[in-house]
Amino acid sequence: MGFSRRNFLGSAAAVTGLLAAPMIVRADEHARPKVVVVGGGAGGATAARYIARDSAGAVDVTLIEPTRAYYTCFFSNLYLGGFRTYESLGHSYGTLASSYGINVVHDWATGVDRDAKTVALAGGGSVPYDRLVLSPGIDFIEDSVPGWSQAAQNAMPHAYKAGSQTQLLRAQLEAMPEGGTYCMVAPPNPYRCPPGPYERVSMAAHYLKANNPTAKILIVDPKPSFSKQGLFEDGWARHYPGMIERIGPDFGGDNVSVNPEEMTVDIDGVVENVDVCNVIPAQRAGSIAFAAGITEDNWAPVSAYDMSSRMDENIHVLGDSAAQGAMPKSGFSANSQAKVAANAILAALTDSRAFPARFANTCWSLIATDDGVKVGATYEASDEGIVSTGSFISEVGETDELRAETYRESIDWYDAIATDMFS
Amino acid sequence: MMRLAVILVGLAFATGMASADDATARGEALFRPCAACHMIGEGAVHRLGPHLNGVSGRTIGTAEGFRYSASLSEAGAEGRVWDDVALDSFLAAPRNYLPGTSMAFRGIRDAEDRAILIAYMIETGGAEAPQGEVAVDPRIAAVLDHPPDEAYGAFLSSECTACHSGGGEGIPRIAGLAPQSFAAGLLAYRDGTREHQVMNMLAARLGDEEIAALAAYFATLE
Repeated sequence: MGFSRRNFLGSAAAVTGLLAAPMIVRADEHARPKVVVVGGGAGGATAARYIARDSAGAVDVTLIEPTRAYYTCFFSNLYLGGFRTYESLGHSYGTLASSYGINVVHDWATGVDRDAKTVALAGGGSVPYDRLVLSPGIDFIEDSVPGWSQAAQNAMPHAYKAGSQTQLLRAQLEAMPEGGTYCMVAPPNPYRCPPGPYERVSMAAHYLKANNPTAKILIVDPKPSFSKQGLFEDGWARHYPGMIERIGPDFGGDNVSVNPEEMTVDIDGVVENVDVCNVIPAQRAGSIAFAAGITEDNWAPVSAYDMSSRMDENIHVLGDSAAQGAMPKSGFSANSQAKVAANAILAALTDSRAFPARFANTCWSLIATDDGVKVGATYEASDEGIVSTGSFISEVGETDELRAETYRESIDWYDAIATDMFS
Repeated sequence: MMRLAVILVGLAFATGMASADDATARGEALFRPCAACHMIGEGAVHRLGPHLNGVSGRTIGTAEGFRYSASLSEAGAEGRVWDDVALDSFLAAPRNYLPGTSMAFRGIRDAEDRAILIAYMIETGGAEAPQGEVAVDPRIAAVLDHPPDEAYGAFLSSECTACHSGGGEGIPRIAGLAPQSFAAGLLAYRDGTREHQVMNMLAARLGDEEIAALAAYFATLE
């Protein structure tokens, strides 16, 4: 099988069909346990697919997701660098509905009545559940970067939820004046995809090196260190010498404000004019987790054994929104957690067997053409949360062949996880 | 063996190598990546791939006791044989020559290298299939002694599918692998004889019971 497009946007007919008949009412509707999944990303789509598939119709699964096509945040940096098309990031929910009988509802979930066990929809009405899975990804913390707000996201895109923001950032990169400055305000921990901002800088540098070689990239970073730092800095020195400057907290990178109208960035009192400003704000769990009242500080704490909320055993939280312990917030992690939750939910609602939780994560990053690196770990559950049981990271000085192989591997991983979620 | 020595000497001349020994050494080096999955020579048994004793001249996909991909089995059913041309074409681009092969190898671009490798395989593994049953590696047999718990394997497999459901170019496809091959692969990753950062890490926490369950489950997939 090559890079399959059959589960991509081509299935407009299937989507239209969904709109016309969002719910399939069956005679035994009341007899079947109901699982409602909110959020159709790496956590939610995987959970819905596994529960529907493995229960073979014994569980009624509803997936609530406002967008009709899902654009993956993972690999969106590769679109920025010109290594992928925007279309290649898009996936439809058609197969989840047609092959697994999942009720795909394109609407916003606005609230959860935990006593009545129902989810309220923005379009009106509510959906009852026996088990609820929340996998809403991230939202941004207001005022975490003074001067920036969601209203300013057209001038200074975050591009940290894939979609039109990703396209906007690419367009701004292309429109940069010769010798201009591309600025990225990096987020504080914890945030989605720890190496993501630095892979993004690599991809912007790759584009600029070919199209605007005198341009500069400025990273303003509140963190003293970051994921795969040694690997990225080695790669930047080899591929993009002199192009990238990073201002960490020791030089005021943690004291930054922006002015989207003036296109300026104030770094510890020094004002810089910039041509592109990618602001990646501080993050918190998706809003529905707060609406459900299962958060503590910015995230939703869960049990590592089955990803169930520590505040409500009938709600499971997956992926970026969960405070689970040692796993990084990534699509791979969410996909891994979804399988543990699906197994636990099926064991609770049907007579299937429960197995002990085990998790894994690998994050690939592309630094330049055929220069891929990766980091990964395995995990298990403990009373305190998810804990790591083993790990690896690429090394500085690996052969070109190994780096190219790592990149090829990442392409196959993308196809595989997309298949695992949507096909 | 006479004929083989002649081939190697001929190759040595053709390639400008000083002697047949040089060609053998080069063949040995070229075989090294193959050795991650294939054994050859005395005592060779099936691992992730079939043993290669007597592969030259054998009907494709017919080494006894090895479960082949549908692609190789079909080629064998058509009566195709591993003659020099077939071996050369396969080694040049395995997936082009036999689309659907489970062999995760990109191929050898250099025609001379392929000739040397084929000669080496004939020299080391002979050109006729050995008689009788092929023994299974005792470590693999020990793993496969565990009850084949397919349901447990299905749960564990979710750790594999996040990567092994794609095109099979950068990451091999593993659905439908014979239990023996599957177990051989994971054992090699677990003990480090086969190196890959992700697979060494994942295999490190698989016990024999887990490997047996996974092998049983993946054998049921297409």
